[in-house]
Amino acid sequence: MTALQVGALVLVAVGAPVVALTRDPLRQALCFGVFGTALAILFFVFQAPDVALSQIVVSAVGLPVIVILGLVKLREEEGEGEEE
Amino acid sequence: MRRSARLGLFGAGAAALATMLVLAIAGLPGFGRYPGPYGDAIEAVGESKTHATDLVTAVNFDFRAYDTLGEEFILFAAVLGIAIVLRDRRGERKRAPGAPGTERGLARPSAALGMVGLALVGPLVVLGIDIAVHGHLTPGGGFQGGLPLGAAVFLAFLAGEYAAMKKVAPHATVELGEAAGAAGYALIGLGGLLFAGVFFQNFIDRGEPGRLLSAGTIPLSNVAVALEVAGAFLLLWNEFSDQALLVVPEGEQGER
Amino acid sequence: MTVLPYLVAVWVLCWGLYGIVTSRHLFHLVLSLGVAQAATYVLLIGVGYKAGAAAPIYADVPSATPVVDPVVQALALVDVVVEATVAALLLALALQTQKRFGTVDPDELHALKG
Repeated sequence: MTALQVGALVLVAVGAPVVALTRDPLRQALCFGVFGTALAILFFVFQAPDVALSQIVVSAVGLPVIVILGLVKLREEEGEGEEE
Repeated sequence: MRRSARLGLFGAGAAALATMLVLAIAGLPGFGRYPGPYGDAIEAVGESKTHATDLVTAVNFDFRAYDTLGEEFILFAAVLGIAIVLRDRRGERKRAPGAPGTERGLARPSAALGMVGLALVGPLVVLGIDIAVHGHLTPGGGFQGGLPLGAAVFLAFLAGEYAAMKKVAPHATVELGEAAGAAGYALIGLGGLLFAGVFFQNFIDRGEPGRLLSAGTIPLSNVAVALEVAGAFLLLWNEFSDQALLVVPEGEQGER
Repeated sequence: MTVLPYLVAVWVLCWGLYGIVTSRHLFHLVLSLGVAQAATYVLLIGVGYKAGAAAPIYADVPSATPVVDPVVQALALVDVVVEATVAALLLALALQTQKRFGTVDPDELHALKG
């Protein structure tokens, strides 16, 4: 196992508790984006470029965008709830 | 159940799960010593049977094309579910004209965002098409290439050009594109059934490995899947942002 | 060292589960679910790896080069895209929960049933 692979594994292992323990959803979405990029690096180093591409495109870009848009909508809903 | 009791129960359960998994890991072959028959079998015949140089795409769209059909329909159904869940909320909110959220009231993004965003739309479209179409030769394919395509259109929206985006990709066209992608993939499978007797059999002439027009139906499958993924994510983002594509002007509310 | 990827997969899974169980916001729950899913990808890709082998792309290497297992990569690839879409569906349900019950805290949702 090369040093690069060990490094990528350590990065992923550190990223998982960071994402799980971040309580604020907005911050967690961005942490999740970074975690997704770390996973993509891991896949690339494990000789899986297709999966790495897929992971970058979806987890580092697609899902955090959805979460952030959802948070905006959530705040709108909460704002309306308070008005009623 | 109280929270502390729940956490205690989780701690016990997680410890048991982790112990069992670690014990199971002891039975696995070590990392790097791959024993299994399937990888070796695909490696031996993959390129000669499909004339595709990217084995992962060949597995996805030729050897295991039926599974990809199922996964693609999961995608389709999930987007359908999101549309159903979020759509009945849209008509309820009556926005006064000019209020934040209506087309006229939307704040313009900063000039830097607008400029850079618009400059990147073209390259993103080209990148998406390139990745999707070359999927059978180099890392890529429909799933990877479809999302940059959808993102390019959404980027135009983020950069402030909602009117232009609405003209280029109105809601009906996006929905049609997504459905066409899903149906197109199923039709390729049916084509295999019609022309070669087996569902999803690769029935087009396979050509030379390494050229763009090779590997039979795999490039077509890539294009179909890219269309579907692009449409699916674009619809997703629009449902969540509930903005220009779907802002219903005064007179049309309730028509959906 | 030869079992490190599998141990990392178990570690990530446990942290994802912890995030789900102790979550106070439905969005946090969905992202923790994503972390748990990442554990399965690591396990899949780790199982398919062959020491000293190349990526399963023959575009620029001779056909006789040993490559890693492409089947598990195909599984993981589609997995990544589809589960992000399912996570988006869960987020849409969370928005609906906010509208129906006025809260996205899973603990409070439990109390409202009584």
